[in-house]
Amino acid sequence: MPIEVNGKTFETDEEGYLANINEWEPGVAEVMAKEDELELTDEHWDIINFLREYYEEYQIAPAVRVLTKAVSKKLGKEKGNSKYLYGLFPYGPGKQACRYAGLPKPTGCV
Amino acid sequence: MAKVDYEIPELQEYVEVPELESGTMAHSAPYVAKPEFQEPLGYVGEVQDDWKEKTLDAMGDMLGKYRGLQVFMDSCVKCGSCTDKCHYYLGTKDPLNMPVARQDLMRRVYRRYFTFAGKFFGKLGMPEFVGAKELEREDLDEWFSYYHQCSQCRRCSVFCPYGIDTAEITMAAREILARVGIGQKYSNEIIGKVYKIGNNLGLPGPALEDTLEGLEEDVEDETGVKVLYPLDKKGADILLVTPSADFFAEPHVDGLIGYGKVFHEAGVSWTLSTTASEAANFGMFIGSYENMRKISLRIREAALELGVKRIVFGECGHAWRVAYSFLNTLAGPFDFLDPEYPVPQHILEFTWNEIQKGTLNLDPSRNDDMTLTFHDSCNVARATRMGDEPGGQFTIPRNVIKSVCNNYVDMDPDTIYEKTFCCGGGGGLLTDDLMEIRIKGGMPRMTALNNVIEESGVTHMAAICAICKSQFTKILPYYGMEMDQIVSVHQLVSNALILTGQVDEDDEDTDEEAA
Repeated sequence: MPIEVNGKTFETDEEGYLANINEWEPGVAEVMAKEDELELTDEHWDIINFLREYYEEYQIAPAVRVLTKAVSKKLGKEKGNSKYLYGLFPYGPGKQACRYAGLPKPTGCV
Repeated sequence: MAKVDYEIPELQEYVEVPELESGTMAHSAPYVAKPEFQEPLGYVGEVQDDWKEKTLDAMGDMLGKYRGLQVFMDSCVKCGSCTDKCHYYLGTKDPLNMPVARQDLMRRVYRRYFTFAGKFFGKLGMPEFVGAKELEREDLDEWFSYYHQCSQCRRCSVFCPYGIDTAEITMAAREILARVGIGQKYSNEIIGKVYKIGNNLGLPGPALEDTLEGLEEDVEDETGVKVLYPLDKKGADILLVTPSADFFAEPHVDGLIGYGKVFHEAGVSWTLSTTASEAANFGMFIGSYENMRKISLRIREAALELGVKRIVFGECGHAWRVAYSFLNTLAGPFDFLDPEYPVPQHILEFTWNEIQKGTLNLDPSRNDDMTLTFHDSCNVARATRMGDEPGGQFTIPRNVIKSVCNNYVDMDPDTIYEKTFCCGGGGGLLTDDLMEIRIKGGMPRMTALNNVIEESGVTHMAAICAICKSQFTKILPYYGMEMDQIVSVHQLVSNALILTGQVDEDDEDTDEEAA
């Protein structure tokens, strides 16, 4: 189902992940979040931006531990855990946050 | 926890056999694989006009190849022993989730085209007289729906007086569907990634290396000991093959940290492999011998290339089934490995041996903040063994847990050992598009867990399968529990294991403060 962002159309797959990561722009995350009735705060953007940086380097979303470690370094130890991330992204940081960031869905036994 | 628009079963003291409600799950089906996910596995991209011929050809081929399937098609007497044994039936009330009824979706077509009675009455226009049915296009959709409401856990088979293996029927149905062009997106996309990148996640070598370096840092920070998590190290004694979820997800990664610590203390050299960075073998889930073989061969190739002497498997349920039961047939002979050790070996066998030898300095009180129970994973429980005694697959994990934890309680005996209930997400169902069946199918296990929580103060459940761990992480909150109540067995080992020369992070802080 394609999504409309600022008058532009973005193709997505069956599960709502962006078909082409290179087309991503911040508005994509905003629109996706709105559909989930979620308001994106700076905390959300910290995660989304980190995911995109990591993906650019490694062509994969970061492991949960890599992500929590990065959060811990940036925002303090008490936030460096999955609970904090699930608080921000109730569908799971790997899946919901990756979708907002335009990354492909992590597959496998996760 | 995400919101859902269906009812979550309410946990009762006992799981009651529900009154039937036809069609409650008829809407459930996973995404169909697009041609790009079908073709790399050798399947036709989409359904063609000759779907009927293809279906019957595929069924005939499978019946000829697998004598078991033929026997299972013929021998069911509809006694009903299996009906209330399936977690998906118990959780959904849908009569087609009674194993006998689900099997019959295919069996009635088998009877029509492959038995004398079916052919005879079929020609007279009354196949139903002998429990047979003409194959119609809608049947394939129904198969696709209900054969993805079976996790191939084989609990029903334990109770079948004829030993009919429901998983074999589900696997055959999925293989037939894939050959007709109706493959499952989740499994087939993943298998494609294994071929292309080396693991289910699609984790490339550099990302894997970075993740492992991160673990080395973490362990050193916590313990002051440099424990290595080597990748592609030629000449290592042991090749560890573990599910890629162990690199990626929680609590899986805590288990991986534990394997590394055990190897370190045992003083053996070991390595992971980039190309065989996956224990899982989804070829089994889709019932494809060819794909299962191709996936298995990567392990052989990696073992030869790295020159290892032993192969050890990490905590992964169906991987251990493929490894223990089929690896030698699929990818053997493994005559280049050290015959002194089992080929392959399970990480729990390795750890239990070390515990018995006394090489590990364990302090179970380090797990005193938890009271544990253990979830037997279906594939390990009903399709494999560990150690050299019958039932080792049940006793060895418990022995290891009890060696590293002071507080341990088993769940209801009807829900453990060979009667264990599936987590609800096995057999290729661990995907978001099947969340409803996953949540509902988890109900029997959640009931047993809830009972030991209330009666015995259990706080955590340990598991030895990547799928179980991910599934429980997801469904626990729907049943009023916390996602981190599921732990890896080697996470418990890791907590209790005091490394040689270990200085605890907290002690260090205290020392610094004192100084």
